Amino acid sequence: MAGLKQRVIDAALKSYEWLESRLGLIKPISKAAAHPTPANNASWMYVFGSAATVLLILQVVTGILLALVYSPSANEAWGSLQVLNHNIALGWYLRALHGWGSDFMVAIVLIHMVQVFLFGAYKFPRELTWIVGVILLLLTLGMAFTGQVMRFDQDAYWGLGIGASIASRVPFVGAPLVHLILGGPIIGAATLSRFFTLHVFVIPGMLLAGVGVHIWMTLLHGVSDWPMPGRIVSKATYEKEYHELTEKTGIPFVPDAAWKDAVFAAAILFSVMACAFFFGPFGPSGQPDPTIIQTAPKPDFFFLWIYAVLAFLPASMETPVMLIVPVVVIAAMLALPLVAGEGERHWTRRPIAVLMVSVIALSLGIFTRLGTYTPWSPIMEAWTSDAIPVKYLHDRTPLERQGALVLQDKQCRNCHSLNGAGGQRGPALDDIASRMTEDQMIRQVLQGGGNMPAYGNALNPSETKALVRFLMTLRGNGLEPAIDASQKLSGSGAFYVPQRPVHSALKNTK
Amino acid sequence: MSEFLEHPGESANGDLTPEEKLAAHSRRTFLFKLSVLLNAAVGTVLAVPLVGYLLGPAMSKNTGSWIVLGTVDEFPVGQTRLVDFESPVARLGDGQTAKVACWVRRASEQQFQVFAINCAHLGCPVRWFAQSKLFMCPCHGGAYYEDGTRASGPPERGLFEYKYKISGGSLLIHAGDMPTLATQAKCGGKPLVQIEAATEKGSNSWPA
Repeated sequence: MAGLKQRVIDAALKSYEWLESRLGLIKPISKAAAHPTPANNASWMYVFGSAATVLLILQVVTGILLALVYSPSANEAWGSLQVLNHNIALGWYLRALHGWGSDFMVAIVLIHMVQVFLFGAYKFPRELTWIVGVILLLLTLGMAFTGQVMRFDQDAYWGLGIGASIASRVPFVGAPLVHLILGGPIIGAATLSRFFTLHVFVIPGMLLAGVGVHIWMTLLHGVSDWPMPGRIVSKATYEKEYHELTEKTGIPFVPDAAWKDAVFAAAILFSVMACAFFFGPFGPSGQPDPTIIQTAPKPDFFFLWIYAVLAFLPASMETPVMLIVPVVVIAAMLALPLVAGEGERHWTRRPIAVLMVSVIALSLGIFTRLGTYTPWSPIMEAWTSDAIPVKYLHDRTPLERQGALVLQDKQCRNCHSLNGAGGQRGPALDDIASRMTEDQMIRQVLQGGGNMPAYGNALNPSETKALVRFLMTLRGNGLEPAIDASQKLSGSGAFYVPQRPVHSALKNTK
Repeated sequence: MSEFLEHPGESANGDLTPEEKLAAHSRRTFLFKLSVLLNAAVGTVLAVPLVGYLLGPAMSKNTGSWIVLGTVDEFPVGQTRLVDFESPVARLGDGQTAKVACWVRRASEQQFQVFAINCAHLGCPVRWFAQSKLFMCPCHGGAYYEDGTRASGPPERGLFEYKYKISGGSLLIHAGDMPTLATQAKCGGKPLVQIEAATEKGSNSWPA
């Protein structure tokens, strides 16, 4: 028996030697995997890069599987997703894995970047690793955007329209650029084909090559040591210090440090599976038919903040901001390690870095939150679906009730809420009479101003009268009505102040 | 990490320094440089048509064409109606995306305005509200008056207008590019038939 066992072991060893003598990769790779790394970076804070790589592999595998069924044709894409969702066994699960995998990947890449930034790990000699990392982030976002187009539903269609409209603002080459992006004069077959090419061939190729270079540089320079306050990075001494640290405290990366990466990667994969299983795939929403205009297009989660920013930019600033700010931001991220390649690494000694991360994260968070409920968008159905609250109709004169009808019929509710229902584009009207006098309201309604269109052409004088009389009754919880001090002083007394209950109001106005 | 095998067949010159090797290789070096030059030339010849193919859509001058939206009688004076049409520049496989919608407003017996569905801000589909006489955009809250001028919100201009004409009792518009700030809904060249009702529209027509 022992002889047999020995023979099996010998045969296995011989096969290995045969393979390695021809391939020549197993030994160097094992040696690289087991390279010594300073014990202080075998930490749970150092697991995000490997998790992002694992997610990339998941995306490649699920992407290939989806491509077995998906039809990248404007005519059939939407239908083939319905087939995947409903007719192919586990097709919905594959779509869900790919969709959730994408969200997790963007999130993990961002966390990885924040960690590297806060730990000062981009400093000498890892400047180029950071620069390649910034490019990998952009490529990841590129995958997320082109992936959203693959869904080829209403959101994808109008999202492409938004992209083309942004491109059209580039001076001089706007029109050719739009045609280049769309592959023709309109969004159509050529557009989907080129975004498919980007999503499936071009960007993944660059992403995989970039990840290869990124990991190679991580091996070449070693995983950065845990930052310590006062331990300054200097080009003259850093590599020597890192070497000494590795010699003194080094542990083999595999398995002593890598087990944490492996556990975290497994946890992330499990989370993706759980989200995919419980929440299912994303969309597709309505068909990509541009004549169906009953739609409120919205981008995917990670682009909501851009969608929100575009709602707040003043018209005069919009084009310059859209075209210049991204260039400046990307250039700043790329230049960061070249400008700040030495010095303190620990976050307690880099307050501006901490402040930057806080402000950027908070801003992105706020804009993303706003993007989820788009307070700047009119609610198109509010005028027919949200009735005037009954309490606002009690004890009102016929004229005031007529005004409530005008308010509803003229779609005021699409932008103004009453009792919390309606649009948020304009201010809520529940206590409008405590803020504006009758004259101010008439002026605002007829001439518009701020973000409000003028209704002079849409209201006749009697409608205006009724509307404003109704608005004058809206004073919140019995707040004092707004008064025009100048009129009071002039003693004309011609301003209208309704009181509640209505009997006294009638008395007041004679 | 780097245990590279030494290249075989170099033993003959093994006792020379690299500089001496270089000197010894002058003819080969020259031929190598020549081959690099050759490949640069071939590569250029290869690349020009490839780049041309890639940039083809950007270079093409697609001017679109006139297309019938319906008879004039279908549009009551004073009303604004949604009209669908098949894009004249649609191609094989465009499917539903070949369809286009536009708003047709008949301002008077002879005066029309045909607005693109795309908001002048970022191209989302605007909706018409007859009661308040406004076009509203669902994306970022742009609003336009009934004549297409900007009312409020982020758009920096009014709605895009298609050039139109009335021919034989039918309303025709000139459609082509998806309207954006750079590729406005407009006629690329001179219209084929010069029945230009648009000439007296004055400020309503965007310059071609």
